[in-house]
Amino acid sequence: MSANNHKAAVAAGDAIETQGTDPAISARGLVRKFGNFTAVNDVSFTVKRGEIFGFLGPNGSGKTTVIKMLTGLLPLSAGEASVEGLNVRTDAERVRERIGYMSQNFSLYPDLTVTENLTFYGRIYGLSPERLKKRMDDIIQMNGLDPYLNRVAAQLSGGWKQRLALGCAMLHEPKLLFLDEPTAGIDPVARRQLWDLLFDLSGHGITFFVTTHYMDEAERCSHVAYIYFAKLIADGTPNSLRELPDVTPAGTIRVEITTPEVTRALKIARQIPGIRSATIFGQSIHALIEEHFDLDDLREQLQKQGIVVAEIRPLAPSLEDVFVELTYKNQANGAKETEANRA
Amino acid sequence: MRDMFRGFRAVFYKETLHVRRDFGTLFFSLIIPLLQMLLLGFGIDTNIRQINTVVFNADGRQESRELLDRLKNSDTFHVIRYVNSDQEMNNMIIAGKAHVGIKIPVDYSDKLLHKMSAQVLVLIDGSDSSVAGQAINVTTAIGLDESLRRALVNNETFAVDMRPKLLFNPDSRSPNFFLPGLTAILLLNVTTFLTAFSIVREKERGTLEQLFVTPVRPMGLLLGKLLPYLFIGFFELCMILTFMRFAFRVPIHGSVILLAFLSLPYIFVSLSLGILISSKANSQSEAMQLAFLTILPSIFFSGYIFPLETMPKFFYALSYFVPARYFIDITRGVILRGATIVHLWPDALALFTMGTILLVIAARRFQNKVIMA
Repeated sequence: MSANNHKAAVAAGDAIETQGTDPAISARGLVRKFGNFTAVNDVSFTVKRGEIFGFLGPNGSGKTTVIKMLTGLLPLSAGEASVEGLNVRTDAERVRERIGYMSQNFSLYPDLTVTENLTFYGRIYGLSPERLKKRMDDIIQMNGLDPYLNRVAAQLSGGWKQRLALGCAMLHEPKLLFLDEPTAGIDPVARRQLWDLLFDLSGHGITFFVTTHYMDEAERCSHVAYIYFAKLIADGTPNSLRELPDVTPAGTIRVEITTPEVTRALKIARQIPGIRSATIFGQSIHALIEEHFDLDDLREQLQKQGIVVAEIRPLAPSLEDVFVELTYKNQANGAKETEANRA
Repeated sequence: MRDMFRGFRAVFYKETLHVRRDFGTLFFSLIIPLLQMLLLGFGIDTNIRQINTVVFNADGRQESRELLDRLKNSDTFHVIRYVNSDQEMNNMIIAGKAHVGIKIPVDYSDKLLHKMSAQVLVLIDGSDSSVAGQAINVTTAIGLDESLRRALVNNETFAVDMRPKLLFNPDSRSPNFFLPGLTAILLLNVTTFLTAFSIVREKERGTLEQLFVTPVRPMGLLLGKLLPYLFIGFFELCMILTFMRFAFRVPIHGSVILLAFLSLPYIFVSLSLGILISSKANSQSEAMQLAFLTILPSIFFSGYIFPLETMPKFFYALSYFVPARYFIDITRGVILRGATIVHLWPDALALFTMGTILLVIAARRFQNKVIMA
């Protein structure tokens, strides 16, 4: 049952072009159990080199557990994973030499200066003094850390801390970087700058495994996966996911209704037969309506109830729509599954 | 007027929830004073009894055995061994195994039979002044008593002449007794606390998690953390010793170099203990509570204040698991009794073994705990 769902949700066809080498990450049937609790349930995906892989999901759904499994911190209960061509079960230490990791709290030593933090992490990775110096210069230049070299990390703003943390994670020139919520709690400008940097680096062949809560960030990824209650329920490029039949079921279309009275309009819209679902998005309502439902008809029905409708137009689903739809569908299936088990 | 207490019920409700959630803190804050009371009440008896005693009975006849029986029945002395030479008797005392040595001369019975005054030599380890005081009082009292009995019955002269001789701390100065012990306690404080905090801080900041994603090995990490504090601990020891020697004028009879050398296994134990604590504690305040829990037995069950011999069997057995016990033995041994490595190697070995076991447990716990967190 779950395997079928899984296949259905995985976008076929326009997967990312292969480079003819090992994938950066290959996970097959990952399972992690803590006692009776299954934190990660049969999760499979492939991350190709140079991708920005966005790993999404609500808190507690298993994102960090997957990262810990891929970095060799947590043994796998079942399944196989290879990272940079190395088996994480047997070669965890070599895996750790080849990857960079930046956690959401940036993991810097607040009482050490920028230079000292960099030096420490460089030495941890066993860089020779010459190489360390060269890499530090590169990173300082890349991240614009120049003015703060002798400042202790505690006195840096969130954005600078994040740049320094990223620098620390990149000193040993990893080809694959795990970024666990890299933009949590930093300002929009710093967020934008980080993403510019990620694009630039991925253009040079570096692979990024990024977890995030921000949908706009998910839209920027070249490959996204969505994990929900330990199961992977979506995996593909943002465009392929938007076209999944589960997101816009056959016989329905998605429309955007712009109106000054969204709250009242939503209540009314939900009463109208022919509207399958409706949600507020800022100053508009996103609704899934039956295909044969004429848009002028819809406008009329709303106006009859006293709603001023500025505009109604067809709309491609956003990634948020995608994840919401897939989550609902998965919940429904989950309920069926439990019933089936009970029977 | 009611407004003055506005929100009281809400805050009270919330606080009781906090207390229930954080049961650990409550447990420790309630249990520590209770434990302290139990220890002071049952574990520690300030009346000196059962002092470890070594006997060299060169005479061996009826009269000498009677005298020994009287000494034993006083409950003050506990004869742990009978030896056959002055040398052996001295060694037992220098090694700290016995605090009192009683030598009955070869002509003891003869002298008594000939109504002459017979001398009994009582060597007393003066490093613990309370033990020494009690030993002097009881031996002279028994000597006097014995003499009086004989004087009354046989009209003899002053028959049994107990000659107590205070070794090592002839002035019976209490700093001489307390300061070497205090060295052990202070050192434990500094090193255990510092290491525990330094690691728990990394946990709080999340840098430990980061380190575990690098190729660093647990043992590499732990030793790297341990070594700087080993130096700090060693430096601390040197300061304490200097202070003790020059400010409090406690003479050091043995080799300072030996003492410094033997302090290494002790510092090693303290550091490992710190690491073990940090593998359990997730915050600095938790680490503090756990560290205090280790300080307590180090004060009460190490012989620092109260002689171990006077403790009930259970607590005496417990003292074998208290690292400070061994180091206090070493400090008092070297400083007061001029003991050498020949006398003290078992203490050093015990410490080294404890340190290794603790470090291995800590390293394993660490690996599991941090990764699973």
